[in-house]
Amino acid sequence: MSALAVAGLDKSFGGLRVASNVNLSVEPGERRLVIGPNGAGKTTLFNLITGELAPDRGTITLNGRDITRAPSRRRAHMGLARTYQIITLFPRDTILHNVMLALLGLSPLRWNALVPLAGQHQLAERARAALARVGLDSIAERPLAQTSYGERRRVEIAMALAQEPKVLLLDEPFAGLSIDERRDIQRLLADIPREVTMVMIEHNMDVALELADRITLLHFGEVIVEGTRAEVVADQRTREVYLGS
Amino acid sequence: MIRLAPRHLAVAAALALLLTLPAWVGNSYYVNIASQILLWAVLALALNVLVGYAGLVSLGHAGLFAMAGYTAALLIGAGHGHLAADAAALAVTLATTAVFAVLALRATGIGFLMITLAIGQILWGIAYRWASLTNGDNGINVGSRPAPFGLSLAGAGAFYYATLVVFLLAVASMAMLVRSPFGASLAGTRDQPRRMTALGYNVWLIRFLAILFSGLWSGVAGLLFLYYNQFISPQVVALTTSAEALLMVISGGSGTLLGPIFGAAIVVIMKNVVSAYVERWNLVLGLIFILIISFMPEGLVPGSARLWRAARQRLIGEARRDGASRAPSRAPAEPAGARTPLAPLPERGP
Amino acid sequence: MSLWLTLAVNSIALGGLLFLLSSGFSLIFGLMRIPNLMHGSFFMLGAYLGVTLLWQGVNFWLAALASAAAMAVIGGLIERFLLRRLEGQVLPQVLLTLGFAFIVGDVCLMLWTGDPWQPATPDHLRGVVQVAGLYFPLFRLVIVMVAVAIAAALWLLVDWTRLGAMIRAGVDDAPIARVVGIKVSQLFTLVFALGAALAAFGGVMGAPYLSVYPGLDFEMLPLALIVVILGGIGSLLGALVGSFLIGFLYNFGQAMFPDLAYVILFLPMLLILVLRPQGLFGRVVS
Repeated sequence: MSALAVAGLDKSFGGLRVASNVNLSVEPGERRLVIGPNGAGKTTLFNLITGELAPDRGTITLNGRDITRAPSRRRAHMGLARTYQIITLFPRDTILHNVMLALLGLSPLRWNALVPLAGQHQLAERARAALARVGLDSIAERPLAQTSYGERRRVEIAMALAQEPKVLLLDEPFAGLSIDERRDIQRLLADIPREVTMVMIEHNMDVALELADRITLLHFGEVIVEGTRAEVVADQRTREVYLGS
Repeated sequence: MIRLAPRHLAVAAALALLLTLPAWVGNSYYVNIASQILLWAVLALALNVLVGYAGLVSLGHAGLFAMAGYTAALLIGAGHGHLAADAAALAVTLATTAVFAVLALRATGIGFLMITLAIGQILWGIAYRWASLTNGDNGINVGSRPAPFGLSLAGAGAFYYATLVVFLLAVASMAMLVRSPFGASLAGTRDQPRRMTALGYNVWLIRFLAILFSGLWSGVAGLLFLYYNQFISPQVVALTTSAEALLMVISGGSGTLLGPIFGAAIVVIMKNVVSAYVERWNLVLGLIFILIISFMPEGLVPGSARLWRAARQRLIGEARRDGASRAPSRAPAEPAGARTPLAPLPERGP
Repeated sequence: MSLWLTLAVNSIALGGLLFLLSSGFSLIFGLMRIPNLMHGSFFMLGAYLGVTLLWQGVNFWLAALASAAAMAVIGGLIERFLLRRLEGQVLPQVLLTLGFAFIVGDVCLMLWTGDPWQPATPDHLRGVVQVAGLYFPLFRLVIVMVAVAIAAALWLLVDWTRLGAMIRAGVDDAPIARVVGIKVSQLFTLVFALGAALAAFGGVMGAPYLSVYPGLDFEMLPLALIVVILGGIGSLLGALVGSFLIGFLYNFGQAMFPDLAYVILFLPMLLILVLRPQGLFGRVVS
């Protein structure tokens, strides 16, 4: 049983085809890299998987369960987490609070209007642990507005990891980072245990390729090539897509 | 052990002043003004749950406010006791709010505003036109104020204390909500609704419940209003009332608990002062709106807080970064990474 | 039978006036993304101005046009010097228009007192017209014809002229429109002024029929809102259909259930919001 599978996925906006008969199957524990030129439909694919977009046709399964009709919030409860290409955090709050929100989303505590959140020490500890995994626990109390871009990228990952997902979607986690920062994030991602299946969209080949077991190449919403790193790199079509034929 | 921050002292002082107000104010006219401020503050606080914490601006709250007042007035007129009338009024208000919420939440942002405005105006139209029910423009008189536990509220002082109790309950419940996990969820839906959905939150339901909470307290404020004036008329369901409530929220500063209270004080005092000299309160209201929005959009409380913090920083020297408290007011925008070195990752073995 | 006919005629007349009111509102909302809360005020102030001119003996059409022009100037100035300062901040802009609505309301009260003003129907538009054996008041028909003519003119403007193309581009995607060189800020001023003018024209046209009185502004505003919610934002066809629909509902509702006229208005809005939030012809309200 695959961890994440997409079959016959189609999506159009008016005349524009953003996903065209996309088939994808990711095994549990696999590290899948999704690449493709700009506008290839990679983020759209993620949006379809998380449920932000509804497909015109096709199915999506998560650990064998059909989630095509499931609302977005349900998918989070079923073990799906994602980070975003453009950082979408909560700017008015501290880093710790940001991660606590991620934890709260899956907890029945989120409906409690009576107890103070500040008194939820267990939740705070779990949040700190998540921040420790990305090396930010020393500045947990810092307002997000006073953090650097690299730190925010790490908060994004911390939030996703805090959800203890079965499938983690990472949308360009290396975007906008310096070489050192990228290496740090790479180490971080490499350390994620194989209980978590990872699907990553990335442009930065130098760091991304190392992490990938298999690679899927998208172009104009279609899967062009799929295979191991070696296979995809060697494939003629890959060169065509990137250099134009 | 509780550390006494300046904030706590300020709150204690304010509480002391409020509790002893009739003593040091003397004139019952001013005690009445204080009662008015408190009851309008309850409405402003209720509205602020939506405006400041949910990020939903409503221009229809006068409808919910008046729904409670009219229902109670009608039931009392039909011979029911105060307690029954009030309970029924709040139940009706809650039901109305539920419908209000379902319709208004078909959109967010400006769409939400428009729908709440339209509903508010429709409720006004009902109050005004359905004369057989509401007595139209003549309004409804209520013979007496309630007498909880047999205590008469006929006097200014007594009514003030009753209002104060309700006001403090409102503030306490809102403080509790805002500091709770639900409150954090609500604020999250304000800032990043899409993200919240991806994190597993039911954004619609969170907003719906927040609106119910807001509607309930608006109804309570409406009851206070009814008993204060012992009269209710379509006048109070007009758009001006919703606008005044919104003005209280934005002039005091949305997103803080204190702001709407200040805003209520400002608007009520101004309205009373201005009405004594000039008949054109709407004109003044409009001008104030325009001035605040154009020049002081964050409101007086956050603005003053910001100035105070800046002054303190300069006095004390190196700023102590106070990130621990979830300060609802905005942190000053700093360029990313301006002064913060990248925190190192933990060492990892080979 | 003739009661229903009278109601029907009144309904389409009201529908015509509502179109004049809400077409401008729809355009402003469509392009600038702000519900102009002073739109009712433009209608009312325009009506007061027009009525004042009529008392001076000015020709009816001239009075309407002059009033529209005056309101265009006022609207343009407000947009250019106050709204534009808040560009991009929709909520503050909306609240600004609300503030102005209150100011205009009181100013009108000061200048024109609290009594309703109802000018007589202009001489050359008085009387009845016989169509197919039935008698219709001429003025009501004229209102409808004018509304339809203006609808046609607006349609031509928006769909067939370069200016209209620019407006449509701005409605679709203002930032991109700017990038291709369309002066979106100036368009905003123009459309706001145009909306104000349409409302004012409608106000003058409606004066002999509805009269002008304090509170007209806030009575007309929710009607414009409801029309636009029904018909969809930025859609002239939606404004047209919605206006006549509301005109009928309001008049027939008033006649059959006078106490519940407002509730009657509520129902289609409720239905549309539940079944099709983007209105009959418009895009999603976000």
